[in-house]
Amino acid sequence: MSEDAKKFLYVNRKAPYGTIYALESLEVVLIGAAFEQEVTLAFLDDGVYQLAKGQETAGVGMKNFSPTYRALGDYDVNKFYVERESLEERGLTEDDLQEITYEDEDDDWAEKPSIRVVNRDEMKKIMSEQDVILSF
Amino acid sequence: MGYQFNGQDIAHDEEGYLTDLSVWNPQLAELIAKDENIEMTPEHWEVVNFLREYYDEYQIAPAIRVLTKALKKTMGPEKASNKYLYELFPYGPAKQACKIAGLPKPTGCV
Amino acid sequence: MSTLHTVNKSPFDRPSLTSCLNHLMPGDAVLLIEDGVIAARKGSAFSSPLEAAMKDCSVYVLSPDSSARGIGDGDMVSGIETVDYGGFVDLVVKHDRTQSWL
Repeated sequence: MSEDAKKFLYVNRKAPYGTIYALESLEVVLIGAAFEQEVTLAFLDDGVYQLAKGQETAGVGMKNFSPTYRALGDYDVNKFYVERESLEERGLTEDDLQEITYEDEDDDWAEKPSIRVVNRDEMKKIMSEQDVILSF
Repeated sequence: MGYQFNGQDIAHDEEGYLTDLSVWNPQLAELIAKDENIEMTPEHWEVVNFLREYYDEYQIAPAIRVLTKALKKTMGPEKASNKYLYELFPYGPAKQACKIAGLPKPTGCV
Repeated sequence: MSTLHTVNKSPFDRPSLTSCLNHLMPGDAVLLIEDGVIAARKGSAFSSPLEAAMKDCSVYVLSPDSSARGIGDGDMVSGIETVDYGGFVDLVVKHDRTQSWL
């Protein structure tokens, strides 16, 4: 990653399937990954549902795109920050989220978790450290 | 629009990508390849099979750099270059190999 | 280092404003636009959260949007400033980043 790489934050605040925001965000992340920026994903409010495990979409006739989050490590996107308060308000815990990992190139390809649950104050700080914020 | 296969008309879009991914089979892949002027070799199949497995697991076709990185790991560095992939699929590995693999056109594809 | 937050939905329709206010850092600014201006009306359920935010942040309203909805300058929670489209641009320039709460 070059010295002048900008810090991009994708803020995800909507549940999947009810609106197109979650899928659009994921597609922009995938396309944007080609530009070698420093990418962070934030999941808060209903956006935490994007990472819920056990999504079964056959009944609603839509493609289940939740497995695609697990591919993002291949695109050097491995910072998924999930807000603890948003989980708690919705009766969710970290165990309700799917497991997402990446292989750390600088650590002999060790497999590491991509998801980090942070509290609201930490989320505020993460937001305040970005060059560009894209909201979905 | 469709491929003529075993007396059936298999629908594809205006660029030749299958409309229904579930109708794919290896013989149909050979037919699509022929349409692209590609003679399938074991090396072609390595790439096509990798793409299918990746799609099955993640529901997307990988970007080219992801593809080369993965090939490097599983098949060795000599097969992990754009040059090698373009020799196999002259009109772009993502574009042609995905079409032969029966996958949708990749997001932001080459 | 500060952020301009824009909110374009009514706080009675969805929790975007609430979530925005929960994520402010001191020195940040909030600009209410489109239906977001509904929060600025004094005496509403959102007056006190906005007043609390104004202790260390600024709150602005895009006046063409408030005027269009019949909310005059005198109808707003005191301390809120109004800006026109040019003022919107100035706010974007003045802050290091802009975050939209959709």
